[in-house]
Amino acid sequence: MNWRAIRAVMIKDLRVVLANRMVWVPMVVVPLVLMVLLPLGLVLAPTLDPDTFGSGEMMLEDFGSMLPALPEPVRQKLAGMDPMQQWVYLATTHLFAPMFLILPIMLASIVASDSFAGERERGTLEPLLYTPISDQELFAGKVLAALMPAVGLGLVGFVLNAVVVNAAGYRLMGGLFFPTADWLLLVLLLGPACALIGLGVTVLVSSKAKTVTGAQQASGALVLPVVALMVGQMAGAFYFGGAVILGATVVALVIGLALVWLGARTFQRGELVARI
Amino acid sequence: MEAIRCEGLTRRFDAKVAVRAIDLVVQHGEVFAFLGPNGAGKTTTVRMLAGLLQPSEGDAWVLGADVRSAGAEIRRRIGVLTETPSLYGSLTARQNLAFFGDLYDLKPAHLRGRVDELLDLFELGEAADRPVAGFSKGMRQRLAISRAILHDPELLFLDEPTSGLDPAAAQGVRDMIQKLSQQAGRTIFLCTHNLDEAQRLCDRIGVISEGELRAVGRPAELAQRFWEGLWVDIELAGLEEDALGKALGPIVADGWDLVEGGVRVRLSSRQEIPGLVEGLVRAGARVYRVAPKEWSLADIYFRIQHQPAGANTEGDGA
Repeated sequence: MNWRAIRAVMIKDLRVVLANRMVWVPMVVVPLVLMVLLPLGLVLAPTLDPDTFGSGEMMLEDFGSMLPALPEPVRQKLAGMDPMQQWVYLATTHLFAPMFLILPIMLASIVASDSFAGERERGTLEPLLYTPISDQELFAGKVLAALMPAVGLGLVGFVLNAVVVNAAGYRLMGGLFFPTADWLLLVLLLGPACALIGLGVTVLVSSKAKTVTGAQQASGALVLPVVALMVGQMAGAFYFGGAVILGATVVALVIGLALVWLGARTFQRGELVARI
Repeated sequence: MEAIRCEGLTRRFDAKVAVRAIDLVVQHGEVFAFLGPNGAGKTTTVRMLAGLLQPSEGDAWVLGADVRSAGAEIRRRIGVLTETPSLYGSLTARQNLAFFGDLYDLKPAHLRGRVDELLDLFELGEAADRPVAGFSKGMRQRLAISRAILHDPELLFLDEPTSGLDPAAAQGVRDMIQKLSQQAGRTIFLCTHNLDEAQRLCDRIGVISEGELRAVGRPAELAQRFWEGLWVDIELAGLEEDALGKALGPIVADGWDLVEGGVRVRLSSRQEIPGLVEGLVRAGARVYRVAPKEWSLADIYFRIQHQPAGANTEGDGA
């Protein structure tokens, strides 16, 4: 493996991505909305309507079906809190947890579609194929270019989320309350595994899609399983805790690696050049 | 020494034959023009020679390496200018070159010097650190040529190098190609449908049409094959076609053609010209000009293009 060539492809792809406003604006805006504005709203909501939250009506209405699925330690923790605190704790640490997964999936998909489909759309693929870089090295460079911002910005988003949630809820909760251990598993394990799925699907879609937009639209369906996770948790079907996260990580890793492997098989000079 | 050898090189895409049984040899140091209309099979041939596409049948060797098994080695030793410059618009000229230098694994210190050298050579020094998106077509094409020769390749494939350029920029690119061809031992394989460019730059030509190599050789040799003997254009007036036929008959054995403003005749030698002119004048013609016909590459090209498929005009392809 020529690591210098792999690194060059990765840096070049990231430079091209960062120069394209259509690509980097969503990469900044979506994490801000998902990891800063939305959780901020969840924490500040009780202060906007203290009567409803103070009586506990809102919490029971929103989390009623979720509560029975919660493990005993969480219930005990909730038992010592007032309704406002219960709302903030459940909303930020449990309800919101699956939402985080949208971030690595979406970021990997945005960069991968620009890197794979975009290279062909802009007509820059052919000169690359005339160089001595191997198919595997070129593929590896592009995969890293998509994975690194997905994982990196996911971590940045998580840190921002932690700062905002703790800062906004500090007085109400009487101290720092976020993140929980489950969140660390989510960010460090399941997040990167989900990024791999986003990447794998986008690489496969990009091998057929003629444009970046086409590839992104087709990859957009990937957020549906995340929505299903949220709905499932709200409905009390399961508790999105450590065991579920670890299990989901294994499943996501297997699926992600299989998708990337399939993508690598389609990424061959002969195939690529025939589609230019 | 051979730079390229093809033996029965064929490529099919499903039922369509894009390149059919090409036999061709290009010698080291030669400037070879590969002529043909769009879709004739030029690009597919180059892609096979660069090891990007596997031949469906036949074999080919580039710089002694088998295109079927040594694609990476071939690509390390060749440079390719694609039909469109295909540069990264958001990167600067220097970043574009440095990126490709990394892919060719040029030593960092050598790469820095080489990039500067090429930017100066192609008069892009002042624009070196500007994004390529703001470059003119001519600047982009010069940068693309710089990229193609960055690693000092032994063999250079140039696909329509002046396509879309204004006359001044096109001339600049031709001058650069000439310079490159004069550098020690570099072989140039020029794919084009610009006949004027091929005539100016190339030693030999090959004409491909519908995937089939119809002719290979030096333009003068090909002209001799198509038009044996000495062809002479005579600009004249004062004779109708019948009278012209009667006047030419005794001298021109193999016939003649009416052309704009006169007649084109085939003679055995220059010695027949005075007698021919005398006969025409005696028959009442006013002769204004007599000139041996010099066959242009365009004449040769269109003659080859109008040949039926399978009627190859070549020797051993070398």
